[in-house]
Amino acid sequence: MSTRFHSTDRLTSWGRIVRAPHFVARPGFTDEIARLVSSFSSDDPGLAVGLRRSYGDSNLNPGGRVIDMTGLDRLIYFDSDTGIMRAEAGVSLSQALQVLVPRGWFLPTTPGTRFVTLGGAVANDVHGKNHQSAGTFGASVMRLKLHRTDGRPQEIAPGDPLFHATMGGLGLTGVIEWVEFRAVRVSSSEIEAHDMPFEHISEYFDLAASTKDAYEHSMAWVDCMAGGTKIGRGIFTAGNWATHGTLTPHQEAPRRRVPMDTPGLVLGRLMVRSFNSIRHDLKSMRTGPYRQHYEQFLYPLDAIADWNRLYGSEGFYQYQCVLPPETARAGTLRLLEIIMASGQASPLAVLKNFGPNPPVGLLSFPREGTTLAVDIRNRGEETLELMAKLDGIVADAHGRLYPAKDGRAPPGLFHAGYPKWREFRAHVDPGLSSAFWRRVSA
Amino acid sequence: MTETGQSGGPSNRVVILGALSAIAIATARIYATERAALVLAGRNAERLRALADDLRARGASQVEIAAVDLEAAAADAPKHMADWKTKLGGLDHVHVIYGYLGEQAKASADPAELARIVSSNYATAVQWCEAAANIMRVQKRGSVVAVSSVAGDRGRQSNYAYGSAKGGLALYMQGLAHSLAPTGARAAVVKPGFVDTPMTDRMKKGGPLWASPDKVARIIRRSADRGGPIQYAPGMWRLIMLMIRSVPTFVFHKTKV
Repeated sequence: MSTRFHSTDRLTSWGRIVRAPHFVARPGFTDEIARLVSSFSSDDPGLAVGLRRSYGDSNLNPGGRVIDMTGLDRLIYFDSDTGIMRAEAGVSLSQALQVLVPRGWFLPTTPGTRFVTLGGAVANDVHGKNHQSAGTFGASVMRLKLHRTDGRPQEIAPGDPLFHATMGGLGLTGVIEWVEFRAVRVSSSEIEAHDMPFEHISEYFDLAASTKDAYEHSMAWVDCMAGGTKIGRGIFTAGNWATHGTLTPHQEAPRRRVPMDTPGLVLGRLMVRSFNSIRHDLKSMRTGPYRQHYEQFLYPLDAIADWNRLYGSEGFYQYQCVLPPETARAGTLRLLEIIMASGQASPLAVLKNFGPNPPVGLLSFPREGTTLAVDIRNRGEETLELMAKLDGIVADAHGRLYPAKDGRAPPGLFHAGYPKWREFRAHVDPGLSSAFWRRVSA
Repeated sequence: MTETGQSGGPSNRVVILGALSAIAIATARIYATERAALVLAGRNAERLRALADDLRARGASQVEIAAVDLEAAAADAPKHMADWKTKLGGLDHVHVIYGYLGEQAKASADPAELARIVSSNYATAVQWCEAAANIMRVQKRGSVVAVSSVAGDRGRQSNYAYGSAKGGLALYMQGLAHSLAPTGARAAVVKPGFVDTPMTDRMKKGGPLWASPDKVARIIRRSADRGGPIQYAPGMWRLIMLMIRSVPTFVFHKTKV
C-alpha cells in the first residue's frame, strides 16, 4: 500500500487561529519518506510536521502538502550503558521517556510538554527549565538523517553547516528521518523542588541571579493582573533531580480531556485561584523543599489534553520573546506594564533566564537573557495592536521572538532578532516551505 | 496488568501474524512493555526488522521475524507454527491480525479480487487459527485471537465481500472458542469499528466513533487473557451493531450504506 496525500480541512496549529485546507500524507515506515519528499518542488513545496504543538504558522503549509511524521515512531536503538538513543523523527518525547526513565536516563532537556516529536524538538531547537546547564535540545543531538528534495538522503553531525542550519531550522532544511541524541543520567524520577514567592519584577531578577548555581531547573510564574508596586510579583520555582528514589515513568494515559471549546474565562479563573492559593500558602507557611514527580514538575499542563481549547473557538496567541541581559530588567518591566494595562492577556505569564551557552543553530531562539511567555486570547484587531506594542519594546531592547510561538510578527522583527537568517536561507531546501517562512522571507 | 503480564518470560511467548499493520504494531508494543518474546510475521523483511528493533528497545525479551506471504504459507500453517513455538521455547498467544480490505466494485467485476478478499480475511486466516488452536488444545492453555470487523455483522452493498469473510472468521472463532473451552485454552475474535489508521485515511474522520489503534490493541491484549469469545472494539459497537442488525430489510434496502 503506498501512502498518498489526502485532503483535510482539520489542520491547525496549537493556537488554533489558522484553519486551512492541507493535503496530508501519513507514512508508517521510513522507506516511504524518499518518495514523498521527492514529490515536493519549489512550485508546490511541502513540509514535514509532527504533533503540531507550535502555536502559530511555522507548522502549517495552507493549501499545500504536509507529511504527518507521527507514524514514524520507531526506536532504532537505545544503549542503556551510554544513554545514546536513535529514534525515528515521529517518536514523541513522551514515548522516549517511557524507555529512558526505567533504565535511569532522562531527556537532556525538555519543553513544557512531552507531546512533541524528536523532529519537532530539533526543528525548534527546544529548551526547558534547565537551559542554564543543558543548553537547548540541539546541544545533545549527535547525528541525524535528513532527506532533501534536491539531493540524496544524508547523515549530518555537529560541525557540518547543514547540521547547524537544521537545529532550530523549522523543518525547512530537509525532512528528518531519525535523530540520535545523548540522554542524561538520573537517579530518581523525582525532583526536589523549591517555591519562592517574590513581590516585584526586580525581585525576580535578584532571585534568578542569586540561585542560578544552586538549581538545575528554574522558571517563574508571574501575576499579570497585579500592578503598581506589585507589578511582576510571582512564584519562582526551582529544583534539582532527587539523588535517590524510584525510577517510575509517567502515566501515558488516562488524562483529562477538554470536551469542547470554552471561553477563556474558565482557564483564567482556575489559574488565578490556584496561583493565589499557592502564593498565600507560601507566604504564610514558608514551605520547605518538596519532592515532585517529573510529570507534575516539568509537564503540569499535559495533565489536561487539548488545553488549548480552553481559550475558545477563536484560538489564541502565545507571545514569547527573549531580551538580552543588558535590557532585560527594564524591558521586561515595560512589557508587563503594557500587558497588565491591556487586560487582554492570560492572568499568568512565565519568566525564565537563559544561560550564556552559545546557540547550536543559526535560528535557535534561546540566547543569554530573560524570556517572557504569555498567552493572549484572540480578539482580533485589538489583540494584534497589543502585540504590535510589545514588538516595539522587544525591538528597542534588541530582543527576539520565538518562531514556534509566532503567527503574525512583522518580518523586520525576525530579521533584526536573527542576524544569521540570511546565512540560514542559503540552507533552505527549495522544495520545503511553511506559512511562517513565506511570511518572514518575502 | 494481567496474570501473564508484567513478569513476562516463559508465560508470554507471542506470535503476531500481519505484524506491520497499525493495530498489530500497537498490540506488539503492549507485549514489549511486558517483556514478552515475539515472532512477527509479515511480508516486508526490512520493515519487520525496523519494528523488531523498536520492540527490543521498548523492552521485548526476544523478537524473531518471519518474512512470509501469509496467504501462500497458510497451507503449511502447522509446520510454521511448530517452528515458531520452538524458536520461542513455547507458545502462549497467537494473534491473527492480517487482512485485506479490497474494493467491493472491483470484487464484483473481478473474480481474482473476490478470491483474494475471501482468502486473506477468511480461508487462510482460519488455517492459521486452527494450526495455533491445535497446539493450545494439546498444551491445555494459551489463546488464539483473530481480528475481524463490525463489517461482518450485516451484509451491506458497499462491502459484502469483505464483510462476509470477516463475518465467517468471527463465526469460526466462536466455534473454536467452544471447542477449546473444555481444555483450558481459549479463542476469541475482536471486532473493531472505525479505526484511525493509514488504511482509512481516505475517509472523513473525527468524532466519537473513531478509535485509535492503541485502544483496539488494548482490547486485543485483554482478549488473550479473558472475556467472551466475541469482543467489540470499543465495546459500544456491540450496541451499535445490534441496532444496525435490527433495522428491517425494507428500511435497510432504502439506505446507501
